Amino acid sequence: MTGYFKQQASPENLDDRPFAIRHYSADRLKDALYRMHLIRRFEESAEDCYMRGLIHGTMHLSIGQEASAMGACMSLTPDDQITSTHRGHGHCIAKGADVARMFAEFFGRQTGYCKGRGGSMHIADVAGGNLGANGIVAGGIPIAVGAAMANKRLHPGRVVVSFFGDGANNEGAFHESLNMASVWKLPVIFVCENNGYGMSTSTARSTAVEHIATRAGGYNMPAGIVDGNNFSDVTEAMQPALRRARTGGGPSLLECKTYRWRGHSKSDRNLYRTKEEIQQWQRKDPIARFESSLLEYGIATQHQIQQTADRVEGDIERAIDYAKESPQPSVKDLLKYVYTEQQTP
Amino acid sequence: MNDVSEISYAEAIKDAMAIALQADERVFLMGEDIGVYGGAFQVTGDLVHRFGEDRVIDMPISELAGAGVAVGAAVNGLRPILEFQFSDFAALAMEQIANQAAKMRYMLGGEVSVPVVMRFPSGSGTGAAAQHSQSLEAWFGHVPGLKVVQPSTPYDAKGLLLAALEDPDPVMIFEHKLLYKVKGEVPEGHYTVPIGKAAVVLEGRDLTIVASSIMVPRALDAAGELARQGVSAEVIDLRTIRPLDRETIVKSVCKTHRLLCVYEGVKTLGIGAEVSASVVESEAFDFLDAPIVRLGGAESPIPYNPELEKAAVPQKENIIDAALALASGVR
Ligand SMILES: Cc1ncc(C[n+]2csc(CCOP(=O)(O)OP(=O)(O)O)c2C)c(N)n1
Ligand SMILES: [Mg+2]
Repeated sequence: MTGYFKQQASPENLDDRPFAIRHYSADRLKDALYRMHLIRRFEESAEDCYMRGLIHGTMHLSIGQEASAMGACMSLTPDDQITSTHRGHGHCIAKGADVARMFAEFFGRQTGYCKGRGGSMHIADVAGGNLGANGIVAGGIPIAVGAAMANKRLHPGRVVVSFFGDGANNEGAFHESLNMASVWKLPVIFVCENNGYGMSTSTARSTAVEHIATRAGGYNMPAGIVDGNNFSDVTEAMQPALRRARTGGGPSLLECKTYRWRGHSKSDRNLYRTKEEIQQWQRKDPIARFESSLLEYGIATQHQIQQTADRVEGDIERAIDYAKESPQPSVKDLLKYVYTEQQTP
Repeated sequence: MNDVSEISYAEAIKDAMAIALQADERVFLMGEDIGVYGGAFQVTGDLVHRFGEDRVIDMPISELAGAGVAVGAAVNGLRPILEFQFSDFAALAMEQIANQAAKMRYMLGGEVSVPVVMRFPSGSGTGAAAQHSQSLEAWFGHVPGLKVVQPSTPYDAKGLLLAALEDPDPVMIFEHKLLYKVKGEVPEGHYTVPIGKAAVVLEGRDLTIVASSIMVPRALDAAGELARQGVSAEVIDLRTIRPLDRETIVKSVCKTHRLLCVYEGVKTLGIGAEVSASVVESEAFDFLDAPIVRLGGAESPIPYNPELEKAAVPQKENIIDAALALASGVR
């Protein structure tokens, strides 16, 4: 972690526990663990439903990247907002979404967050501050900057976090947006989840710099690089970025080094990487690492962790039942929501 | 009744923006060189001095992010008016316009509205050649979720812009560069011109000329000449191309039995095709006494040479010739 993003351990007690353990209450940490499990099991179950033909289309799973989603959202308030990506289930859950309504969306139902019009690739929770996943690589980044511009005027103190992948850093929208946010000192935090690949293309083959954080220099904003599989490190790195954004200092860029365990989407045959590479990253499971940390510092017991996993299991089951039982949208409403309904005068 | 004054199309647009900036804190302008420079076509003029740099914002030359920022700001409660320096540069922003602004409400199941207004100086006739002269409104007209207007007079330019600001959805305004200096009567204060409504700007008997943007004054000029030659033309100003006011077109063709459609955009796959289809798909089909005629832009980029440039888009003489040929049976 680079200097700007590293928190000082408080000098009085020389507390050298990880930042998150020092900073958040035990209840909040346990809730974070619950949400990380929820992301993992939501995606595994969604994948399973897809395999069984219950969900159609495609989906992009973020299994293995839970710590960056949860870590980046950990210190956000319900009023803060995010924009997300095609790999956005984790962001949505980390921001506080209800998995029942997410499953309902995946099942195309009227009770889904987008009333069945969006599906996985457009999953959103506007009331909860998630302005939506996006089917266009880097599509959400300029929108986040605009949302931040409005917040700066209408709701000072609110922050927008824009998630995107390493692949997005080569889109013009990324560069234009970082520049604009910096020039106008907007309260936005750019969080790059660098999982090493944009589909099959490694960052080494696509990106002229080794670290995407380096790009920030061109836009005169602070940047940090963290182990995206370390929950505490991500939460820690978010603090100065949040402080800067909330106090009018402007944007920051945070690069979370992580890895997706699954293929890019449902059609990926994994021809561009080795089994060994995948296994090596699986040994750095962000959830397992967070659990050991909770155990090590006496925040949770093995029994409590098991209870959390069991609770997630039940919640996922109920969520899928809710989705299955939810009504389909009516075909006669095909054109609804193209335009805003207006009273005819 | 408001006082009426003679002002230009550009002044009318500026007047609308000033009224909106004054009345609504949420409104702001964004664009390239729209501050002290006053905009490439001097439409924003001195607004920055009246409303400050926070409301009249000079943005970097970043059309894509500019459009996206306007979208995000609109979703979050502001009322942005984004000026493109030339409509041609919309090509750089099409992602945010067509994939984001137009679809966000739909994709999110009605959870958001995107009340963004974008202004596009467009059209040929300035010698600016192929990349600064296009009429691209039909591109946008093909995208559900957008509304697309083309004012042809100062009155409509002001009224449609104020209507766009009251509209909860993205409204794309295609202004014609050659119209900026044209003067017309404009009431002071706030009024709106409804989006989605065409206007019969000249009543006639023998044929209907459906026109948009600068082709409206050209069609009116042509109609004067046609009248001297004994042909009575009805002229319809489309004003909005999405949603298209089919009713007004159909009603007129049922009366005149002949249709000439005039527009500056490339002839094929454009406004003329849609207007024609609206007629042949309707009861007006049975009334047609002659094949429909389309006059549109040439199937070429806009050339630099002034004679070539003129030849690339319909001129008054072309309209007169086409109308006379079409109406040859009636005289
Ligand atoms: C503008 C655009 N180009 C290409 C695609 C196809 N596509 C979807 S995801 C993706 C890879 C994106 O990589 P990255 O940004 O690293 O995100 P990750 O998938 O790794 O999470 C590509 C090429 C797209 N959706 N949008
Ligand atoms: Mg990637």
